[in-house]
Amino acid sequence: MNDVANSLNKNDTFPKLLLHHAKVNPTSAAYRQKHLGIWQTLTWAEAAARVELMALGLHSLGLKPNDKVAIVGQNTTSLYLSFSAVQAIGAIPVPLYPDSSATEMSGILKEAEIKGAICQDQEQVDKIESLTSEVKSIEFVVYEELRGMRQYDHKHLQSIETLSQIGKEFKSKDPKSFASLVDQGKGSDLAIIIYTPGTTGTPKGVMLSHDGLQKSARLAADQDNISSKENILAYLPLAWIGDHFVSYAQHYVTGFTVNCPESPDTLFSDLKDIGPNYFIAPPRIFERLVTQTKNRIENASGIINSLYHYFMTLADRVGAKILEGQSVGLTDRFSYALGNLIIFGPIKNNLGFNHIKIAYTGGAPISDEVFSFYRKIGVNLKQIYTQTESSGYAFLQSNDSVLENSVGPAGPGVEVKIDSKGEIIYRSPGNFLGYYKNENATKKTLDKDGWIRSGDFGTINGAGHVRVIDRLIDTGKIASSLQFAPQNIENKLKDSPFIQDAIATGSGKDFVAAIIVVDAEATGNYLEKAGIGFSGYTELSQHEMVFDLIQNNIKTLNEELAKTQDLAGLQIKRFTILHKQLDPIDGELTQTGKLRRNQVSKRLKKLIEALHSNKNSIELPSTQDPGQSRTKSNMVLLKIRNARHTEDNGLGN
Amino acid sequence: MALSEQSIPEAILSVENITLSFGAVRAIRDVSFDIKKGEIRAIIGPNGAGKTSMLNVINGFYHPQQGQILFRGMVRRRMRPHEAAGGGIARTFQNVALFKGMSTLDNIMTGRNLKMNKWNVSLLAAMFYYGPTQKEEILHRQFVEKIISFLEIEAIRKTPVGRLPYGLQKRVELGRALAAEPDLLLLDEPMAGMNLEEKEDMCRFILDVNEEFGTTIALIEHDMGVVMDLSDRVVVLDHGEKIADGTPAEVKANQNVIDAYLGVAH
Repeated sequence: MNDVANSLNKNDTFPKLLLHHAKVNPTSAAYRQKHLGIWQTLTWAEAAARVELMALGLHSLGLKPNDKVAIVGQNTTSLYLSFSAVQAIGAIPVPLYPDSSATEMSGILKEAEIKGAICQDQEQVDKIESLTSEVKSIEFVVYEELRGMRQYDHKHLQSIETLSQIGKEFKSKDPKSFASLVDQGKGSDLAIIIYTPGTTGTPKGVMLSHDGLQKSARLAADQDNISSKENILAYLPLAWIGDHFVSYAQHYVTGFTVNCPESPDTLFSDLKDIGPNYFIAPPRIFERLVTQTKNRIENASGIINSLYHYFMTLADRVGAKILEGQSVGLTDRFSYALGNLIIFGPIKNNLGFNHIKIAYTGGAPISDEVFSFYRKIGVNLKQIYTQTESSGYAFLQSNDSVLENSVGPAGPGVEVKIDSKGEIIYRSPGNFLGYYKNENATKKTLDKDGWIRSGDFGTINGAGHVRVIDRLIDTGKIASSLQFAPQNIENKLKDSPFIQDAIATGSGKDFVAAIIVVDAEATGNYLEKAGIGFSGYTELSQHEMVFDLIQNNIKTLNEELAKTQDLAGLQIKRFTILHKQLDPIDGELTQTGKLRRNQVSKRLKKLIEALHSNKNSIELPSTQDPGQSRTKSNMVLLKIRNARHTEDNGLGN
Repeated sequence: MALSEQSIPEAILSVENITLSFGAVRAIRDVSFDIKKGEIRAIIGPNGAGKTSMLNVINGFYHPQQGQILFRGMVRRRMRPHEAAGGGIARTFQNVALFKGMSTLDNIMTGRNLKMNKWNVSLLAAMFYYGPTQKEEILHRQFVEKIISFLEIEAIRKTPVGRLPYGLQKRVELGRALAAEPDLLLLDEPMAGMNLEEKEDMCRFILDVNEEFGTTIALIEHDMGVVMDLSDRVVVLDHGEKIADGTPAEVKANQNVIDAYLGVAH
C-alpha cells in the first residue's frame, strides 16, 4: 500500500499519471483503435505527446483553468486523449451523450458555461454550432473527423490536427510549458463534471475530483487484481460514470490497454477480435447476448441442442461452484471440463469472453437467470453498484462470495447503512464535491459528514451484502398495505428471453398489472417456428400466440410469487403487450437503458388506467408524440388480458 | 453547392441530339444536355420518360441511332460499357446488381478490377502470391477499406451481401462504383425503395462523395425532395423528350414540368 500511496501523492492528477506512464513504460500500448480494418496501437509515449500538443493548442486558443469544455462523440482514442488535454491546463471536461439532441444539450451547455467543445464528427459539430447563438459562452469547436467539414466556416472551428499544429508552434517557442502546466494541477482539484442522465427530473452536474476518482479506481482495481496487462473494450458512452471509471480512471491508475471499437455497430465483432479480460456492461448487453445464444442453440441441430441442455443441467449444479473455487466431486469436475471443451468454450469464444478474468454488470439490476447463465459457463460476471455521486465506486461483489440478488458488500474504504425509511446511505473515497451550481440538491444528497443518500430502497444482510430493491420514490403500496417495488417484479419478468422490458404498475391501486415489451428476435423466432408470418413489430407484438406465450410466462412467475408470503399479494393480475419497443429517443429510457418511470407513466397514462379497470382493450396512437395529428389509421388496438385464466378476459366477466 | 458563379467549370460530358429507338419505340428523341465537372446533376421525369435509357446511353450500354456524346471533349462512338468504365464512368443500378453470395468486401474489391496491374494479378503471378501480387492486394485492400470506412459499413465487411437489407445493398453498390475511382458517377435511383432514414443516409453519402472526392455525379431520382436538396442542376425528360433544364428552383417553377408530373392529356 505504501507504493500506492506514494505514487498517488506524486501523480495526483490524471495528466501527471499520463506523463508517469510515458516515462516508465513508454512503449506499452495505451490505446488501440481499429482503423481501415487493422488495429492500430498508440503507446503511452505517443499518447502523452499527442496530449501535449492538444493541450498547448487549447492553451493558445485561450482556454483557462476552470473553463468547461464539452466532449461529445463515440469512444475514440482522440476523445479519450482530449480529456487529459483539457485537464492538463486545469480546465474541466464535461462529456455529453452523443445521441442527445441539440435541445437536450443546450441546458447543460448553458449551465456549465461551456467555453469550447471537442466533437467527434460533423453530426456533433452541427448540434453544437446550432446552439452557438443561444449559448454565448462557446468560443471554439474542435472536431476529430474531417469528413463533410470542408465547406464549413472555419473561423471558430478547427480539426484536432490544426489544434495540434497550433500547439506545436507554441511548444517551439516555449518547450517547457506543458510540464509546468501539468505541475500546477492538484489532486484535490475538480477533474470532471459528469451530468447524470437521471431517471427523474433534469440532469445534474456531478463534480468529481482527481483524488476521488483515482483513489476509488485504485481500490477497486486492487480488490480484483487488475493490472497493466489487461485489455478492455471501451464502447460505453463517454458520459457514463461506468465508462469514465474503467476506461479512464482505472486505465490511468493501472496502465492497462483501452481498445476503441471500429464503429458503434461493430461492437460484437470487435469483442471477438480483442477478447478482453476485463469487461463492464449494463445488463442490457448481457441479456442480449444470452438471448442471441439461446436462439442460436434453439435453431441448431438436435445433437447440439441435446448436448447443450445436458451440459447446462450439469453447469446448473456445479458451474458456479467451480468458478468460486468450492469443492466439487471428481466426476462432475471431469464432466464440466468436457462440457467446457464442447459447449461452454465455444459459446464463450463466440461471445468474445474466453479471456475474461473479471466482468461486471452495473447501472441497472440484472435478472437472476441472465446473471447465473454467465457464471455457470465460467464467465466471472459480478455485480457492481455504481453511482456518479461516488465516482462510480460503492459496492461490488468480490470473487469468492457472489449472491445473485445482491450487489455485493461495500468496497474497501466504503461504509454503508440503511436509514429508517429503508434508504441505502453510504460514504465512499470517491465522494463527489457537490452538484455544479445546485447547492440545494447537494444538501439533499450529501450531508456534512460525507454520507451520500443513494435514493435507493434496500437491505443489508448479516454478511454485509447490499440488496437494492428499487428507487425509493418508485416504491409504493398495493391494496394500501403491501409494499410494492415495481423493479423487483419487472426484473423477474425479464428473466424470460421473450420479455425485453416490462413495466409493473399498481402503486396506490388494488393489484399489480404489467405492460410487457417483447423481444423482437426471440419472439419473432418463436412465431416463425410455428410457421406464422408477420410484418413488423406491431403485428408481432399483438399476435394471439405471443399473448398466450407471455401469459404462460406470467403464470409461472405468479406461481413463484405465491410461494413467498410477502410477495403473494403482488401477483400480476392483468397485462398487455406494448406495440412498440421502449426508446431513449422518446425519453422512455435513459441513455444507459434504465426505465424512466415518470416519463413512461405519463405517456402511457391511458393504458395504465385501462389496465386497472375492466376493459379488454384500448386504442392508442401508434406514435406517442402528443403534438402529432392523429387519424384513425395510425391508432393501434392493444389487447388487455387477465393473467390467470385464458378463457376469461377482463375482471367483470 | 459545388458551383460558384465566377468560375463556370467545363463540361465533363455533353449529350448532343441523342435519339434512341427500339424498333418502332422511340425511347429518347433529340435530347441534348451537359454535365459539368464537379456538379451533381439530376435526371428526372415520370415513369417511362427515358431516364434509365439515357443513363445506358451515357454508360455505353445502348448505342443511339442519332447524335453523339462528348466525354472530356472527345467524341465517343459506339463505346462498350467496359471501355466507359475504363474511361472513368462508374454506375449503380436501379435493381441492385451485386454478387449476392460474395461478401461486402469482395464485392467492392471487384470494383478495383480495372485499377489492378494485370501482370501482378495474372494466374501465374497469383500462384506464387508473395511478392508483387501480395503488394498489389494490400494496396487495393487499403483503398477498399477507405471506402468501407467512408460508407460506414465496417460492421458488414464480411457479410454476404445477399443477407443484407436492401438499403445496405444499395450502399455496397455505391461502394463498388466508388472503388473504380470514377470521374463521373451515374446513380440509377439510388434511393428507390428506401425508408426515410436510409434516404437521409444516402443523401449524406452522395454529398460527401461529391465534396470529398470531387466526383461528378449524375443521378436519376423519383423523390423530388431529394432531387431539390441534392442537385446543382436538373434536366427533366418526358416521353423521351427534354422538357426543362436548369437549377432545381427553375425546374420546379416550369409549367411543362408541372404538367408532366400532375398529368395533362397528351
